[in-house]
Amino acid sequence: MRLLWEVARRSFRRWSTYRMATAAGVVTNTVFGYLRAYILIAVAVAGGGRVGGWDEATLVTFSFLTQGLIAGTGAFGESELAERVRTGDVVVDLYRPVDLQAWWLASWIGRSAFTFLARGVPPVLLGAVVFDLVVPPDAATWAAFLASVALASGVGFALRFCTNLTAFWLLDNRGVDQLVTLVLAFFGGLLLPVVLFPAWLEELARSLPFAAMVQYPAEVFMGRHDTVGGMIGVLAAQAGWLAVLVVAGRLLLGAATRKVVIQGG
Amino acid sequence: MAEALSLLRSYRRLVGAKIRSDWQYRASFLLFLLSQTAITALDLVVIVVLFDVVPSIGGWDITEVAVLYGLSGLSFGLGDLFISQVETIAVHVRQGEFDRFLLRPLPTIMQLSATEFALRRIGRTVPGAATLVVALVAADVDWTVGRILLVPVTVASGTAIFGAVWVVTASISFWTVGAREVANSFTYGGGFAHQYPLHVYARWVRTLLGWIVPMAFVAYVPAVRLLDAPNPLGLPDWLAYAPPFVAVASVVVARAVWAAGIRAYQSTGS
Repeated sequence: MRLLWEVARRSFRRWSTYRMATAAGVVTNTVFGYLRAYILIAVAVAGGGRVGGWDEATLVTFSFLTQGLIAGTGAFGESELAERVRTGDVVVDLYRPVDLQAWWLASWIGRSAFTFLARGVPPVLLGAVVFDLVVPPDAATWAAFLASVALASGVGFALRFCTNLTAFWLLDNRGVDQLVTLVLAFFGGLLLPVVLFPAWLEELARSLPFAAMVQYPAEVFMGRHDTVGGMIGVLAAQAGWLAVLVVAGRLLLGAATRKVVIQGG
Repeated sequence: MAEALSLLRSYRRLVGAKIRSDWQYRASFLLFLLSQTAITALDLVVIVVLFDVVPSIGGWDITEVAVLYGLSGLSFGLGDLFISQVETIAVHVRQGEFDRFLLRPLPTIMQLSATEFALRRIGRTVPGAATLVVALVAADVDWTVGRILLVPVTVASGTAIFGAVWVVTASISFWTVGAREVANSFTYGGGFAHQYPLHVYARWVRTLLGWIVPMAFVAYVPAVRLLDAPNPLGLPDWLAYAPPFVAVASVVVARAVWAAGIRAYQSTGS
C-alpha cells in the first residue's frame, strides 16, 4: 500500500513538471469548450431556448465541463503501457513484486489528480469569464460530484488498461485505442450531450460504460440528478462499470501474461 | 524543372516505402484507416443528430451546413494527409533527430511529409468528399460556370490554407517543444469550427479562427456565395473569389515562419 502511495505521488510530481504542455492543453480544451458552447447556443436558439430539456446555460456549462473532464479521465487515449508492451519494457513491470494492474492504477491516480486540478478546472473557469455557468446548488451536490469524478477516472483507467493490454496480441494497438476513443467520444457525451440524441440512442448511450466517464459527472455537477435516489443511482452505475471493467482487465492480464512473448527473446 | 521532377521522384519513392512499411502491421493499418474515417464521419453524425432536434442552425438548413462540413472536411483531410506530418517535428526536435533532416538534399517539409506519410489518413478525406458531392447535388444551387469552378478552386485553396496553418503551428516546436498542443486549437479546432456557419460564433472567435487565421475562406465564405445562404455578417459577393489569393498569401507566410523557425532551431545536443 505504502509502495502504491509512493507510485501515485511520483506520478503526480512527474505530470506536474510538464508545465508548458499543461498550459497548452488548457488552451485547446478552452477553445473547444467555446466552439461547442456557441454551436449549442445556436441550437438552443433554433429550438426556442431549450433543447433536450436543457436550457442555454446548462448546454454551455456542459461544453466546458466535458472539456475539463477529458484529460483527467484519459478520454482521448492513453498508451504508455501499450508502448511498453510493444518495446518489450513490460517485462520489467512484470518482474516487479507488485500487481501490474495495481501499479498502473496508482500511477493513473497520481496523474489523474494532477490533471483534474491543472487541466480540468481552468477551462471551466475560463468559460465562466464569458458565460454564466450553472454551479452545484448545494454541498451535497459538490460531494456527489467529487465522488462521481473519482469514479469516472477509475472507469477511464479500467477501460484504458484493457485497450492497452490488447497490445500483447496486436503489438501496435493504436487502431483499437482510436476506435474505443471515438465510440467513447460519441456515446460518452464528448461531442454532444446525450440528451440531444433520439430517445433510443440516448437509452443505448446510457446503457454503455462510456457515459460514466464524462456525461454522468457533468450531469451531477449541474444538479440534473437532484434527488438522493437519483444521485445514488448515477454513482452506483459508475461503480458498477468500474467493477466490471476492472475484472475484465484482470482476466485480460491473466491471458496476456500466459502468452507473453517479449521481442528479442 | 528537371530539379522539380527529381524532387517529386524522391518524394514518391519515400512515400511508397512508408506505405509498404505501414502495410506490415496489416490489422492495425486497417483498423486505423477505419477509425480515421469514422472519426471524421462522427462529426457528420453530430450534425445529423442536431438537425433532428432543430430545423436550422444560425438560419442555415442541413444541406447548407453539410456543404460547410464537406468543404471543411475535404480540405482538412487533404491537408492532414499531405502536410500535417510537419507536427512530428516536436518529437524530432526533442529527440535531437531534426539535424538529420537539415543534412539531406530535400526540402525539410517535403522530407517530413514523405517519411511520416500515413496512407490511413486518406480515411479522413472520404466522408468530407462524399458529403460535399451529395450536399451540392441536394442543394438548390443555381449552377453557372463561375460557381462550378468555385468548387475545385475552393478545395485546393482550402487545402493550402490548412496546410499553411499546420506548418505555422508546427513551427512553434522550433522555439519550444512543450507547447505543441496549442497547435490543435487551430488545426483541429479550425477544422471543427468551420463545419458550422461562422456567424454562430462570437466576434472574437470569428476574428481569430476566421480572419486572422483565414480559415473562413475554406468553407464559409465560398459557401455563402455558392448557396445564397443567409449572410448575417453581410459579406460582399466578390469575397467568394478571394480564397486562391488568401491561400497563396498563407503559403508565403507559412514558408517564412518555417524558415525563421529553422534559423532559430538549436539542436538538443548543443
